[in-house]
Amino acid sequence: MAVPAPDLVALRELGERVRPLSAAAERVLPVPPAFAGLIPQGGLVRGSTVVTSGSAASSLALALAGPATAAGSWCAVVGVAHLGLLAAAELGVALERTLLFADPGPQEWAGTVAALLDAVEVVLVQPTGSISPTTQRRLVARARDRGSVLLQAGGRPEVWAAQPDLAVASGASRWEGVGIGHGRLRARRVAVQVSGRRGAVRPREAELWLPGPDGQVALAAPARPVGGADDLAAGRTTERTADRRMLDAPAWRDAG
Amino acid sequence: MSAEVGTRTLVVWCPDWPVLASDPEPAAPVIVVRANRVVAASMAARSAGVEVGLRRRAAQRRCPSVEVVDHDPARDARAFEPVASSLDAITPGVEVTRPGTLAFATRGPSRYFGGDDSLAERVAWMVSGALGGRWPVRVGVADGAFGALLAAQAAHRRGAASVVVPPGEAAAFLAPHPVGSLLEAVEVPEEVDVWQRLGLRTLRQLAELPRGDVSARFGHPGVAAHRLASGLDLRPLAARHPAPDLAVTQDLDPPVDRVDRAAFAAKVLADQLHARLGADGLACTSVLVEARTEHGEVLARQWRHEGALTAGALADRVRWQLDGWLTGSGATRPTAGVDRLTLVPVEVVAARGRQLGFWGGETLVDERIWRAVARLQGQLGAEAVTVPEVRGGRSPGERVVRVPVAAVDLTEERPAAQVGSVTEPWPGQVPAPAPATVLAEPEPVAVADAQGQPVTVSGRTEVSAPPATLTLAGQRPVRVAAWAGPWPVDERWWDPARHRRRARFQVVDQQGAAHLLAVEAGTWWREATYD
Repeated sequence: MAVPAPDLVALRELGERVRPLSAAAERVLPVPPAFAGLIPQGGLVRGSTVVTSGSAASSLALALAGPATAAGSWCAVVGVAHLGLLAAAELGVALERTLLFADPGPQEWAGTVAALLDAVEVVLVQPTGSISPTTQRRLVARARDRGSVLLQAGGRPEVWAAQPDLAVASGASRWEGVGIGHGRLRARRVAVQVSGRRGAVRPREAELWLPGPDGQVALAAPARPVGGADDLAAGRTTERTADRRMLDAPAWRDAG
Repeated sequence: MSAEVGTRTLVVWCPDWPVLASDPEPAAPVIVVRANRVVAASMAARSAGVEVGLRRRAAQRRCPSVEVVDHDPARDARAFEPVASSLDAITPGVEVTRPGTLAFATRGPSRYFGGDDSLAERVAWMVSGALGGRWPVRVGVADGAFGALLAAQAAHRRGAASVVVPPGEAAAFLAPHPVGSLLEAVEVPEEVDVWQRLGLRTLRQLAELPRGDVSARFGHPGVAAHRLASGLDLRPLAARHPAPDLAVTQDLDPPVDRVDRAAFAAKVLADQLHARLGADGLACTSVLVEARTEHGEVLARQWRHEGALTAGALADRVRWQLDGWLTGSGATRPTAGVDRLTLVPVEVVAARGRQLGFWGGETLVDERIWRAVARLQGQLGAEAVTVPEVRGGRSPGERVVRVPVAAVDLTEERPAAQVGSVTEPWPGQVPAPAPATVLAEPEPVAVADAQGQPVTVSGRTEVSAPPATLTLAGQRPVRVAAWAGPWPVDERWWDPARHRRRARFQVVDQQGAAHLLAVEAGTWWREATYD
């Protein structure tokens, strides 16, 4: 007798719907729907550090910051002088809630970022010098206290003394719409891999449209764990334990 | 009631002050732009048909050679301080209404200098001297500051240096002016609109209405406008003068000689004064900023705002004033750092309270954000903190510019920051998606064909050979996998000095990295990267 295959999408949606309402919005900043299956918590956890890298690092960072600013949060950009602001607007960042700060220099960098973590929800940075464990701990504590997210757009992930909470890496980009001497850049497919500590220990990857032919960020191939099968139950368990652990222990302590 | 007359006041008005503050060539066409609208224009620009309120692009169409300057209130205030201090020899009571306009009561000085006419002449001469004699200065004297301001503007229209309205004739002088001129002194745009539609076109028609009726229909703003239209001061004398103990003082240790550090102190002090007044249910309409230096010099300047000053507006004025003193010329500049800062509320009124908007309005920007911005402006310099604004243009870098946060009001809706605000077509625009990295300064690259020869673009935009390799600055050559172009851009062909002819390409290398390149006069540049 044939048992109908479970409709995983519908089940997942149902799971979203019956989740306790209390924590979700308070602890997590929204991200584009395409990232929902990639990031275990379903959004950027407040008080965490996120680093994007690879061939689409800047676009990834802007796409991750977009929905939060569209929902009314403010975003501060510290020292990324070459950030494409038009691309930011296209990827959903609300420019009217964006503040840009010139590079404060290595001496005042930490102080500036700390002051902004205090004030706005998303602080986008691209540190050039290395960040000492003390500074990182201070920034993370500040971010946690205020519930903001420190987002590094490209640059070198190794400047951080301890591993960031979430690493979003992009593989090679494949551009569509451009040929040999004709057409124009229209859409890009890029493989994105999300890893990190706390619930995202098992790296997950997906192929994204960044942006798609309609200008939106969308899934091109569904998210799956790197090198292994995944079922719904396993995914849920990881998430639960992750949440509990996050409440119990400060992030930097389990960094070792 | 007929016994009440306005305080006899002299107003000095510098037309188009924001233009003057940017220190242009006297005959050059210059416009000052805020949020894509012209806020001030030089005489040369006006004679070419530019008007205040035009969109930037419309102004440039009427006067293509016009120089566009971004509005910066701090620069306006800084440049105005020498003007204000040039009158300190005449009277201690000089009040700056806004950069470009100042007022003082004439009672004492007028007697000393032998009447209003000779006083006005003398003031015009002194202020003109402080400005180097290159710019027109208009002086008006009348009962009440509003009448005096309109008199100064009348002088401008007549091409005279000053207009003196004889005592008791202020109401008659004001009568023929349109009701819209009230907007110079009080913020009542909605009421003015209603009056115009009701057929009340001149101040006379408004002043003839019984005040009780105006009050019943239009409330407090209506009464204020009615008093001004009748040639009276905004508030009866009884409504003023606070107790002296409302002043707030802060000792600065070490003494402050840099504007950025002074700005932080200004913000703290302004918040303190605002909180203290707020606790008593008062709002401040005129404040005296007083600074004492290590050498014991005392600098003081009074600022007035007819709507009550908010904490942010107060902090701005204190910052502007300190900026004016500390970066001023040798004559007015203090010889040592400021070690004590005092804010004295000169005039307070009962706070009528401002209803906060339920959706947005004054809650658009969090107090916490405000504080952080003010603090970092102090630390990093006012120019270091910017906000994006959308402009017309072809390249991705031109289409969003960075405007100093001091020049915008974060508490207001800013349509100029929304991408939909530019609706005009720009032929030759680089199409979406936009690159996520836009270099502030394009960097030179090398593009070669399959034979290793540099690729060139002819005057008729023909490519010499398909690009085969791309060499970024300091990197090894990579193979070009796909490319598109050339898209010729011929900009500002009417201006030989700024004329640019370029051809743009989109190039994707073998690793999938896409770049926006431009070739100009045989040299290839990387303008942006799609990363």
